[in-house]
Amino acid sequence: MITWQGGKRLLPMTAALGLILAGCGREDLSVLRPQGPAAESSFDLMKLSITIMIAVLLIVFSIAAYVLVKFRRKPGRREIPVQVEGNFKLEVVWTVIPLILVVILAVPTVKAVFAAGNDHADDPDAVKVKVTGHQYWWEFEYTDYGVKTAQDLVIPAGKDIAFELRTADVLHSFWVPSLSGKIDTNPDGTVNRFSFSAPNEGVYRGKCAELCGPSHGFMEFKVKSVSEAEFEQWLASMKAPAVLPEDPQLAETFRSACLRCHAVGDQGLAVGPDLTGFGSRESVAGILLNDDTGADGAPILENIQTWLRDPESVKPGNTMPDPKADLGLTDAEIDGIAEYLAGYTLE
Amino acid sequence: MAQTAQSLNSARPPATGHRVKRHTGLMDWITTVDHKKIAVLYLWAGGFFFGIGGLEAILIRIQLIKPMNTFLDAQTFNELITMHGTTMIFLGVMPVIFALMNAFPSSADRGFWTFLFGGLLLNLSWVMGGAPDAGWTAYTPLSSTTYSATHGVDFYTIGLQIAGLGTLIGGINFLATIITMRAPGMSYMRMPMFAWATFITSAIILFAFPAITVGLVLLTFDRILGANFFNPETGGNPVLWQHIFWIFGHPEVYILILPAFGIISEVIPTFSRKRLFGYSSMVFATLLIAFLGFMVWAHHMFTTGLGPVANALFSVSTMLIAVPTGIKIFNWLFTMWGGQVRFTTPNLFAVGFIPTFTMGGVTGVMLASAPADFQFHDTYFVVAHFHYVIVGGLVLGLFAGLHYWWPKMFGRMLSETLGKWTFWTFIIGFHLTFFVQHFLGLMGMQRRVFTYLPNQQFDTLNLVSTVGAGLMGVGMLIFLWNIFITSRKPADAADDPWEDGRTLEWTIPSPPPEYNFKQTPLVRGIDAFWKEKRAGHTSMTPSEPVGSIHMPSATILPFLMSAGIFIAGLGFMFSRDTFGSDLLSFLFNNYIVTGLGLVITFGSMLLRSLFDDHGWHIEPEELEGR
Repeated sequence: MITWQGGKRLLPMTAALGLILAGCGREDLSVLRPQGPAAESSFDLMKLSITIMIAVLLIVFSIAAYVLVKFRRKPGRREIPVQVEGNFKLEVVWTVIPLILVVILAVPTVKAVFAAGNDHADDPDAVKVKVTGHQYWWEFEYTDYGVKTAQDLVIPAGKDIAFELRTADVLHSFWVPSLSGKIDTNPDGTVNRFSFSAPNEGVYRGKCAELCGPSHGFMEFKVKSVSEAEFEQWLASMKAPAVLPEDPQLAETFRSACLRCHAVGDQGLAVGPDLTGFGSRESVAGILLNDDTGADGAPILENIQTWLRDPESVKPGNTMPDPKADLGLTDAEIDGIAEYLAGYTLE
Repeated sequence: MAQTAQSLNSARPPATGHRVKRHTGLMDWITTVDHKKIAVLYLWAGGFFFGIGGLEAILIRIQLIKPMNTFLDAQTFNELITMHGTTMIFLGVMPVIFALMNAFPSSADRGFWTFLFGGLLLNLSWVMGGAPDAGWTAYTPLSSTTYSATHGVDFYTIGLQIAGLGTLIGGINFLATIITMRAPGMSYMRMPMFAWATFITSAIILFAFPAITVGLVLLTFDRILGANFFNPETGGNPVLWQHIFWIFGHPEVYILILPAFGIISEVIPTFSRKRLFGYSSMVFATLLIAFLGFMVWAHHMFTTGLGPVANALFSVSTMLIAVPTGIKIFNWLFTMWGGQVRFTTPNLFAVGFIPTFTMGGVTGVMLASAPADFQFHDTYFVVAHFHYVIVGGLVLGLFAGLHYWWPKMFGRMLSETLGKWTFWTFIIGFHLTFFVQHFLGLMGMQRRVFTYLPNQQFDTLNLVSTVGAGLMGVGMLIFLWNIFITSRKPADAADDPWEDGRTLEWTIPSPPPEYNFKQTPLVRGIDAFWKEKRAGHTSMTPSEPVGSIHMPSATILPFLMSAGIFIAGLGFMFSRDTFGSDLLSFLFNNYIVTGLGLVITFGSMLLRSLFDDHGWHIEPEELEGR
């Protein structure tokens, strides 16, 4: 049981390491500042492994430094060093100690692997979400509530979320670093399930982590963790009848040009991202961050205009037709639709 | 160790005669069967591809120097990362390894030409409609025709297929040479570690390359003939590609690193004036790494969704590799312990290798822990890890080997001053580039992104990384300058220029004569030359009298065989295209170009088989006359 004693002695060191690493990165993005139990479990293993590995590095570096200083060949030295064949005891030592270190790391690893295998798919208390990856956006369907949305995943704080993930085209990988590790979205036949929860309310950044084409780096999304009441409210307003532009002519343009691929509430086709409550979203196209202060992006109206004027330059290789060139919309119509979408907020 | 020169005093075949056609100039290089010249060809070809891969890397780092940079567009960036990875792994470092490994065995001409034509084909993609853009891993469906419509991925599959064939032939050659052509007394457990590394690496090639060959054939069929191996809509499975790719891909990592281990195991004893510590445990550690290397491929797929049982098993098997690797690190350290360490350029690279590679090794163990890997996977943490292993391990090892054996290969010592400048700029640049990338990954930066948003705390670290890459580039330029000025010096390197040479290559002239050893030496133990020197001898004891040496004839057939495969590959790739010219369409669409290429290849093989060439002899008078 010496190994476990050794393991316990590492604990204070891992705690200190945790404090140092916690200074790294944004709270809503960094692996090193976990905001939920799944990310916490990964981080604990990282701390344990980094501690062991730093110890190994210190030993190797010290021996190397000692040897390089002590056994330099001094000028004029002619005698031949003793030709040592090996040393059985030493060789056993540096075989057995790494083996012990591997065991110390392997036991909690295996435990955590099986814990992470609990996908909450049959848990009646878990919120079920179907995630579909598209080039280059994310679709979220709340199967129990009949609600579909895109880019902003709204979840009730503290509840387990049971995900079922697939892709509509190429492989993607669903990753919210501060909440959990990632998992790939595969085509039907190899559908993945996993689960995480976010105990604290807040907005977390998510990314696609599997190369999926030119705009792979722009396939970002947000996870909004809200209170139970807010979540219920959000579901209700998502299910409310669709709001269309007030100007009937603009509404017709919107219907004929946009709703051929997009949907608002019960109207339109959900081939592209759902636009219901677009004014309440955290970003436009996942990459133009909405921020009225301008510190971390631009006001939403400006972002929608940027996007609609030239989607290709914002997100190369995306499948949205150019509203002006391909759909024949005028600048006035584009501005009108932008204003409507920016104003389409949820309660 | 083996040598080409076989003495056939008795049973001399009815030779084609003493006077044989000796080619000069370009024809000499194209027809050569001298393994040393082939090694030089590998070296220049590898250096060329390494240069291309390096330029691609610099372009990538310039694009990432600041957030939302527009230096490159997204598509070009994806092509660059794909080609950087593919070129470096398959074409850049492998041939340099082969160049060094060719110090030992006999002719590897087919292997080289096939490899070169494959590599050229792959790089032709830049000027023939677009480079591959699906990453060097070419995951399906992204690499299918639906999502990658240009011929880029075809260049990848067919170019790698051909280059892979060359590698496979090379590997078989090394195996055959080491098994059959060791000098008298050179038992397996007396072979230098580098020969052992070559032997084991070749065995891995023999088992791993068929897997990628099959995978590439399937992907080619999917893309060109419309098969459905990886197409989910028709019952294919994209995860299958990942398994096939990594069953090859992980052993490939050891194909790259084991030769570096071998080089380090030669350089450190020489410059410590001590025999390698724990030789037999080094051999068994290498064997164990090679064996375990085939048991760990799914650790590249922890986030694919294989389930907890597979993830747990592959976590543990991966961690186990740390044990034999650790044995090697400590053996190197204790080789220096009690020795007299000289800091020549090769030894600086070897000594720099130890801590750098260890850092790559420990992050490898961290990655092995699946639940932690859920976070590390596909981030800059992984990018940092594999560059520590491949650049910090393999490339430093190659530099050690190149500086070490340069006088033997070319008869000229590289400048030590410039060599030390290369070392310091390269290694400082390396750590600047890649150390910070660990933190980028942990802070949420995924890999293979062509740019990133500001305000994510990524900016400074990326800037540092790009500056480091520039410094590595400076190191490379100094190295090239060193080669250039050295090539203008007289070829006057001594047989044993480092004075403490321990192995047989240091007993013959620099550069070695065509026949290598005038008389096959008798090997009396590990570090055969060192043993003779300690016994007061200045040369090896020969195991045979001076006699006529049988030499193989120069031939152009291997070059033609490879050229034929190149033509066939190109023809097959464009077999479904429509061309502006009717003649071209006719030639390509009816597989006439493909057929022509195959006729050249198989025709050359037929000629090779039907006509015996008994080679020629170098007579004793000529040997003594030199």
